[in-house]
Amino acid sequence: MSSPKDFVLSCPLPLTDYPTVTLAHGGGGKLTHQLLEKMILPAFQSPLLETRHDGAVFGIGESRLAFTTDSYVVSPLFFPGGDIGTLAINGTVNDLAMCGARPLYLSCGLILEEGLPMDTLWRVVKSLKSAADAARVQLVTGDTKVVDKGKGDGVFINTAGIGLIDYGQPISPASVRAGDVVLLSGDIGRHGIAIMASREGLEFETQIDSDCAPLASAVQKLLASGVEVHCLRDLTRGGLGTTLIEIAESARLHIGIEETAIPVREDVAAACEVLGFDPLYLANEGRFIAIVPQKDAERALAAMRSEEPATGTVRIGRVTDSPSGMVTMKSRIGTSRIVDMLSGEQLPRIC
Amino acid sequence: MKFVSEYRDAAACAGYAKTIARLTTRPWTIMEICGGQTHSIVKFGLDELLPPQLTLVHGPGCPVCVTPLELIDKAVAIASRPDVIFCSFGDMLRVPGSDCDLFSVKARGGDIRILYSPLDALRIARENPLKQVVFFAVGFETTAPAHAMAAFQAKQLGLKNFSLLVSHVLVPPAMDAILSSPDCRVQGFLAAGHVCAVMGFEEYLPLAAMYRVPIIVTGFEPLDILQGIAMCVAQLEQGRHEVENQYTRTVQTQGNLPAQELMKNVFRVVDRKWRGVGSIPASGLGLRSEYAEFDAELRFDLSAYTAEENSVCISGLIMQGLKKPHECPAFATACTPEKPLGAPMVSSEGACAAYFRYRRHDTPAPAMKA
Repeated sequence: MSSPKDFVLSCPLPLTDYPTVTLAHGGGGKLTHQLLEKMILPAFQSPLLETRHDGAVFGIGESRLAFTTDSYVVSPLFFPGGDIGTLAINGTVNDLAMCGARPLYLSCGLILEEGLPMDTLWRVVKSLKSAADAARVQLVTGDTKVVDKGKGDGVFINTAGIGLIDYGQPISPASVRAGDVVLLSGDIGRHGIAIMASREGLEFETQIDSDCAPLASAVQKLLASGVEVHCLRDLTRGGLGTTLIEIAESARLHIGIEETAIPVREDVAAACEVLGFDPLYLANEGRFIAIVPQKDAERALAAMRSEEPATGTVRIGRVTDSPSGMVTMKSRIGTSRIVDMLSGEQLPRIC
Repeated sequence: MKFVSEYRDAAACAGYAKTIARLTTRPWTIMEICGGQTHSIVKFGLDELLPPQLTLVHGPGCPVCVTPLELIDKAVAIASRPDVIFCSFGDMLRVPGSDCDLFSVKARGGDIRILYSPLDALRIARENPLKQVVFFAVGFETTAPAHAMAAFQAKQLGLKNFSLLVSHVLVPPAMDAILSSPDCRVQGFLAAGHVCAVMGFEEYLPLAAMYRVPIIVTGFEPLDILQGIAMCVAQLEQGRHEVENQYTRTVQTQGNLPAQELMKNVFRVVDRKWRGVGSIPASGLGLRSEYAEFDAELRFDLSAYTAEENSVCISGLIMQGLKKPHECPAFATACTPEKPLGAPMVSSEGACAAYFRYRRHDTPAPAMKA
């Protein structure tokens, strides 16, 4: 039985700040972090939750497991290079992979809007199946709910997953040390632009496909190569910039990156110029960073480059002591600037 | 990338930095007009490449920042109506009004859509005949032709459910206001290249002559800006005050004549209030009487709105080049992008946002000279 005091759950987020939820609370930027820090984490006070990793890592018997969940509300449901089904599988598989786990079993909850064409649902289901096969995971339990027309956006999907961890060392920002190097598994920004283009009906000379892909096998290759792996993160919502800031803040270290070392495909860079976006903050669904000790950098690069979709892995920067909690970037003209977390979604500019 | 990477070339930038250092023998203060230029300067750290005698101050050329508070309040009032689809460029949604921003209206159920072109709003109006579709027409001379085209096409199509909430401003009157102020320290200007792409640059000739300031029509890439500064310093050192065009790949002397013609047919010059600065005579555009049916202020009867600006925010001083963002007592404390006191902290072209995003870690840029 809980004591009565446990039921007193006063909201620590001052109502005057934001009396209602805004889209920026889900954008992965500062407001999302505030929501976590001021409301969610204090409400649950769980040490596993406090680690704020992509998933929770814990032991059961002799085994160490990773457990994670994610919800998918992408619009449109189908976009160049993927769809909500591939996202729902790969997103959760990748979160497990970032814990150093071999993904094994997934659950899937479908929230369907009344009036959704059966044909659309079948396309999503087929896509879930083929993505699960490609990622070598089994979808073993699930749930279906239908909401009134107008109360959903066609299909919302939640998946949760568990995976087994063989790697012995903790993979987290707390393991990052000054002197480590930052490796990026390939070019960034394609998913964000693909979604934006299909949502807004923008057309480019070449089609920009989402990079949506499972990362577990590339991560397993890296872990099996015998190098020390300090931290892994996939670069989803908020992109490379936000991910690096999160790591620098939790590790209380500085990460310095070089703009010229970060691969951005020319068509993505061009789209960013036109739309006023910074590729550093664009979402990816098949990219991750690995932070490893300097001594292991070459072996880690080779291991990652040996497996799709990480064959384009490059070194983009290194970790130092100060300024603590900050990310800075050396620009292509040789000057240095801070990389800051965005407040909410990137907004198209006026001119 | 063609037409971009050439203008971000490290060796060429270093070359221009050397030229500027060689040319500069005395302290000079140069204002870049456009917020897009401010962001390039701060993002690429261009001022780090300049000799200490040169001070760059940031001008009023951010359309989001200068849109007066009561216009935001009017936008909020219109967007809150259930019969309205309110369309806007993305930047405007985070700008604080007296009570709330447009994002909050969206969160409360307002139908607010982010568009890239006002012409998309015409399509939305045709597809939703039972709704009133309103486009928030803000900006300088750069966006005015597209807004004029939207009004022109709406008239051709006989659309009854489309209107514009107009808050257009013009660059030359703002430069005049800055130069005529007794506190003015600006000795040379980088004029906004894209404004000049539309308007040409002949209207700057009287300003340069009357106030004896060099005005360089300048682009937005690092190399453009460094070249513009070099041209400006060269004039200052030689005692010249001419209008020169650095941005020749885009700007022609006469500008875009068909665009100007369209603007003249749809808009007339009006007095306009600038957020943080106050009213400047003949500094804005409003719809001509022939287009009054597309004026959202008349359609929704909002002419009585007035609003008081926050007294702590010094955005007016910042936009006139009298203060820099980090000299504001509220900078990064009471005023942040999450809880902005003024528009320059949230606009993608706002000087405060640029300093907040790229500059908090090191010592502030050289302070204004007393």
